[in-house]
Amino acid sequence: MTLFLGIIEEGLIYAIMALGVYITYKILDFPDLSVDSTFPMGAALTASAILAGISPVAALFLSFLAGAAAGCVTGLIHVKLKVRDLLSGIIVMTGLYSLNLRFAGGRANVPIFTQETIFENPFLGSVVPQGLTAFAVVLILFFIVLVCKVLLDLYLNTRSGFLLRAAGDNETLVTSLAKDKGTVKIAGLAIANGFASLAGSVYCQHKGFFEISIGTGTIVMGLASVIIGIQVFCPDHRPYLFRLFGRTIGMRPTTAVIAGSIIYKACISLAISLGLEANDLKLITSMLFLIILVISAQRRKKVKAHA
Amino acid sequence: MLKLNHISKYYNAGTVNEMCLFQDFNLSVEKGQFVSVVGSNGSGKTSMLNIICGSIPVDSGTIYMGNKNITPLPEFKRLRSIGRVYQNPAMGTCPHMTILENMALADNKGQSFNLRPGIRRQRLDFYREQLKTLGLGLEDKLQVKAGVLSGGQRQAMALLMASMTPIEFLILDEHTAALDPKTAETIMELTGKIVKEKKLTTIMVTHNLRYAVEYGDRLLMMHQGKSVVDITGSQKAEIRIEDLLEKFNAISIECGN
Repeated sequence: MTLFLGIIEEGLIYAIMALGVYITYKILDFPDLSVDSTFPMGAALTASAILAGISPVAALFLSFLAGAAAGCVTGLIHVKLKVRDLLSGIIVMTGLYSLNLRFAGGRANVPIFTQETIFENPFLGSVVPQGLTAFAVVLILFFIVLVCKVLLDLYLNTRSGFLLRAAGDNETLVTSLAKDKGTVKIAGLAIANGFASLAGSVYCQHKGFFEISIGTGTIVMGLASVIIGIQVFCPDHRPYLFRLFGRTIGMRPTTAVIAGSIIYKACISLAISLGLEANDLKLITSMLFLIILVISAQRRKKVKAHA
Repeated sequence: MLKLNHISKYYNAGTVNEMCLFQDFNLSVEKGQFVSVVGSNGSGKTSMLNIICGSIPVDSGTIYMGNKNITPLPEFKRLRSIGRVYQNPAMGTCPHMTILENMALADNKGQSFNLRPGIRRQRLDFYREQLKTLGLGLEDKLQVKAGVLSGGQRQAMALLMASMTPIEFLILDEHTAALDPKTAETIMELTGKIVKEKKLTTIMVTHNLRYAVEYGDRLLMMHQGKSVVDITGSQKAEIRIEDLLEKFNAISIECGN
C-alpha cells in the first residue's frame, strides 16, 4: 500500500513537469533541456522562501513565475540570438545550475523538514485524522495536478492556445496569420518551464528538502511520460488499442501524459523491487526511456505499413 | 499600389558561388490588378514573391505598399495585408488541427490572439457557408483533422483561409503545381472567383501557360531577373499560348538549353 501510494505521489509530482514537456516536445516540437534546471530551481526557491517565512502556497506561485522567466530566457536565446533549440536549452540548464546554488543560499542541500509545507501544516493537522495523512497528501497532489491540467486544457482552446498549437504544427501559417512565431515559441517555453519549476516546488515541499542533483534526468522522465501516455491512451495515435464494448477508450493528451507519468514511475519502482539498487536509478531511468523510444518507433513503422 | 524600386538581390554574396538575381529590378502593380507571372526555373519568380512578402531580405532597393515603405518590416508584419498560398498544400493549414480550428485561426487574423475561446460558436454557420463554396463537402467534416485531407482539399482550404479576412494582396506561388489537372482546374476557378469577388490585387506565379493566358489582366514573363514580357489590357486579352511558348523557346535558346 505504501509502495502504491508512493508511486502515485511521485507520478503526480512529475506529471506537473510532464505537462510542461508535453507543451515543448509534443506541441511546439522543441526539445527543451532547460527543464533539467528549472525543476531544481523551483525546489531551491521554495526551500529558501519557506525558510524565509514565505507561505508554502505563495512559494508555489513564486516558483512557477521564476520557471516561466527561465523559459523566456531559453526562448530568447533561441529566437533572438538564433541559437539551435537543443543548445539554448543546454546553455540555460548549465547556467542555472550555479544560480540554483545561489538561490539555495550557496548550499547543495537544504532541509526544510521542520517547516510548514502544503502537505504539513496546522490546518491539515486539525482537519485530517491521524491515520489518513498519506491519503491527504495524494489528494492534495491530485488537486494541484488537476488544476494544472484543466488550466492547460482551457488555455489550449483559447485563441492564444490555438496559435501555440499552430506554431508547432506549421510555422509558416503563424507568419501568414501576421503573428511573430518567435514570440509564440517563447510563450510556450515560459509556460512549460513554469510547470517544471512548479513541480520542483511541490517536490521540495513533499520530500522536505532541496538537493542540487534532483534535476538530473528530469527531461528524460518528462519525455518518457509524454511518449508512454500519448502512445497508450490517445486513440489518434493508437487507433486499435483499448477498444472496449465497441467504444474506443481515449483520453485528452493532457490526461494521458499524467497517466503516462504514473505508469513510468511504476515501471521504475518495479525495476527497483526486482533487485536493482537505488544507485541504479538514473541508469534505469535512461534505459527505460530507450526501451520506450524503440518500442514506439517500431509501432509507428507498423502503423505506417498497414496504412 | 505595390511598387518595387531598384531592387538588387545577390545570393551567396562574397563567395565564389555569388549569383546576381536582380539588378535594378522595378515593378509596379496597380490596385485591383491580377498579374500572372511565368518564366523558366531560376528566373526569379518565387524570389520576387519572397522579396515582396519579406521572406528574404533585399540587398538594396525599396518596396512600397500604398504610400508606405515596407522594406524594413519583417515578414509577419507585411503579411497583415497579404494573403499567401504556397505551392506545397501542407503550408496553408495545420495538419494536427481540425478543419474547424483551422478556419477559426484564419478568421482571427488581424485580431488579437488572446485568452478568449478559440472557436466562436456564432461563426460556425459562416465557416460552413464558406467551406460550401469549395464544393468539396468539407462543411460536413468540421471535426476532421486537416492532415487527413487530400492535397487538393488542403489547397482549397488554404486559399479560403488566406482570403478569409480583409486583405489587399493575394500572392499565389505556383499554387496549382502540386495538384492533379482536374483539381488544379477547380482551384483556379475558385481563385478567379475569390479575386473577382473581393477585388484583390493579385500576383500569381504559374508554370501553366494556359492559366497565365486565361486568368489575370496583366502578364509578366521573367527571365534572369528581368521581366522580358509585360503586357496588359487588350494585348493581354489577345495573347495565345502559342505566342508565349514561342517567346519561351526563344529565351531558352539564348541560354543554350
